[in-house]
Amino acid sequence: MLRVVVVHPDLLGTYGDGGNALVLVARARWRGVEAELVQAPSHVKLPEGDIYCLGGGEDGPQERSARILREEGSLKASLDDRGVLLAVCAGFQIAGNEFPGVGGESVGGLGVFDAVTTRGVGKRAVGEVLVEPSDELPIPLLTGFENHRGVTQLGSNTRALGTVVRGTGNSRESCSEGAVSGRAIGTYLHGPVLARNPALADLLLEWALGDRGVLGPIDDSEVEKLRDERIASFRRRKTGLFGCRFSNA
Amino acid sequence: MTRASGRFESFPLRARVAVRTAWVLNAVSRRLGRGEGTVVGGSVALMIDGNLLRELTADREVALVSGTNGKTTTTKLLVAALQRGSSVPVVTNSTGSNMPAGHLGALIDADSGAPAVLEVDEGYLKEVLDASRAKVVVLLNLSRDQLDRTNEVRMMAERWRQALRSAARRDGSGETSVVVANADDPLVVYAAEGSANVVWVAGGQRWRADSTGCPKCGGRVVYNETPEVTGDSFDPPWACACGFVSPEPEAWIVEDTTSRGASVVFKGGQELKMELLLPGRFNYSNAMMALLGARVFGVSPSSAASAMAEIGEVAGRYSTRVIGGVSTRCLLAKNPAGWTELLELVSGAGGPIVIGINAKVADGQDPSWLWDVEFESLKGRTVVATGERCWDLAVRLRYAGVDHQVCPDPVEALRAGRELELRRDACVEFIGNYTVFHDVVADSGGSNC
Ligand SMILES: [Zn+2]
Repeated sequence: MLRVVVVHPDLLGTYGDGGNALVLVARARWRGVEAELVQAPSHVKLPEGDIYCLGGGEDGPQERSARILREEGSLKASLDDRGVLLAVCAGFQIAGNEFPGVGGESVGGLGVFDAVTTRGVGKRAVGEVLVEPSDELPIPLLTGFENHRGVTQLGSNTRALGTVVRGTGNSRESCSEGAVSGRAIGTYLHGPVLARNPALADLLLEWALGDRGVLGPIDDSEVEKLRDERIASFRRRKTGLFGCRFSNA
Repeated sequence: MTRASGRFESFPLRARVAVRTAWVLNAVSRRLGRGEGTVVGGSVALMIDGNLLRELTADREVALVSGTNGKTTTTKLLVAALQRGSSVPVVTNSTGSNMPAGHLGALIDADSGAPAVLEVDEGYLKEVLDASRAKVVVLLNLSRDQLDRTNEVRMMAERWRQALRSAARRDGSGETSVVVANADDPLVVYAAEGSANVVWVAGGQRWRADSTGCPKCGGRVVYNETPEVTGDSFDPPWACACGFVSPEPEAWIVEDTTSRGASVVFKGGQELKMELLLPGRFNYSNAMMALLGARVFGVSPSSAASAMAEIGEVAGRYSTRVIGGVSTRCLLAKNPAGWTELLELVSGAGGPIVIGINAKVADGQDPSWLWDVEFESLKGRTVVATGERCWDLAVRLRYAGVDHQVCPDPVEALRAGRELELRRDACVEFIGNYTVFHDVVADSGGSNC
């Protein structure tokens, strides 16, 4: 039984990111892998899981969630053992070393990623994003929608999830998006990210299953249509597929 | 245009110039066939005189209606109710222009002294309240909506709270705004509780994902699914351990299980039966909020109820019309809270369902909220996905286990819906978000069936 845990949906559930867990469970079941989805609200002890999903949220709830997870310690312990993590937006920031709290002061994160987030100046990064994944990840272009003010700097111990083709990602300067560390992935992409990028969902499932299951092919024709349409939307704007430094759209 | 011009002579020069410019622009816009043109005139007038909203509301009583969902409908219901108590036409802003430019555009052409009911975008409540010194403010609900371009919902609640607090302080004369506020929505209660003069109403809010976190302490709001309604003491439907708790409402809705309609029950025990043409429990809640707003203007609840009962559609919403040869009921939903209500509404009807999703600026450019909607409840129904973002919807429906077809063109989708349905007499339920709804309904030419 594969268990997918949605961590603190009451605090980190603002941008449809709960959909990531629905995608993981469905894609496991369609391959005949028994899977269950567990919602883990912040007032109950975090249950054991194979894959943990952290979503986006507002500043206050984000800080509260981080405090609870740090005090409990079980998420970090599970990830150090064999757990898999998908952390999105506010969740990505929580999984780093530190992020800005409600008052702008630095709040300690879980340290899953060697990453520090600070509050960006100027406009929020809002819009469609295209990311070329890092070479070691066997997945195609990532598509999603970002909506954040935070600027994330990766330390030397954590690689980026990919390079920004269009959009902002971790910061306007770095051209990097998200983070990969062991079997944890962090990203700013909503959409939800796994709905738009089934290969990333399958990668997380493979990490979690190890030799417990084989993921056969399934019909992703509708998702392919969605991906084609989203990637083509950049071309429709006649801006072409420039590098991120041209992309302050 | 001349009927009301005399009263502007007392205005400062800048205001007079602003009003006259807006008149000319509105007249030109109408002649060019660009509809009412009130936003164009209002925008320019606002540029010329930033205080014009204050001037134009000084000689009239004003009601404001705001909230994430239901504000267009509630505004229309309140206009109908207030018309019963007014000898001159009640002023109101036209659909889709619920920011100050739209308010000005409507007020510039209005009769002197005519009462005004203004639908107000959530983000402009403070500005419009400060300028209009409204007699009544109706606050319906707050939930996530278009997160790519608006503030996060808690921030909105905080801004409302500040606006209503300062409104309460401003008037030492005892003339504070009466706030008719939804006691079932913790974010609305947070916004309104500091106001001096609140009428709490149990207006319902089935969508709770934005208010499980207490707006006061960050703790958990616990909902009591079966509050005791018959006892003498009030059993709050929600509460937080910090003491933040649902206030006792002065009125609530009891559905009539044996016949059409529903009753408004007042705390004193009186009941008022309502039979609306508008469908859905949420519209009875909207009507109750309007009814209590109208009461402040001296319109009796029974008189308000009979006026509201005549409203059959709101800017095409809830209308049944023939579109591309297909009998269609037109419904609008643009966020998870609105969808939660409409899913229940269409669960009662058996026809095919055509869902249209666009993601233009007016819709919000990030449709990931589709994953917050429980589309799983449509399993077994005939469903067609349409609109510019039909593939986002198709993927969502696939993961929800809902069989569906995809048809990017909305009118073609309506035809496909009819073809797929076995019972050929069934009316197609079309549910679109803002711009796709507008495209489909505007193109239909209003041919009701
Ligand atoms: Zn509390």
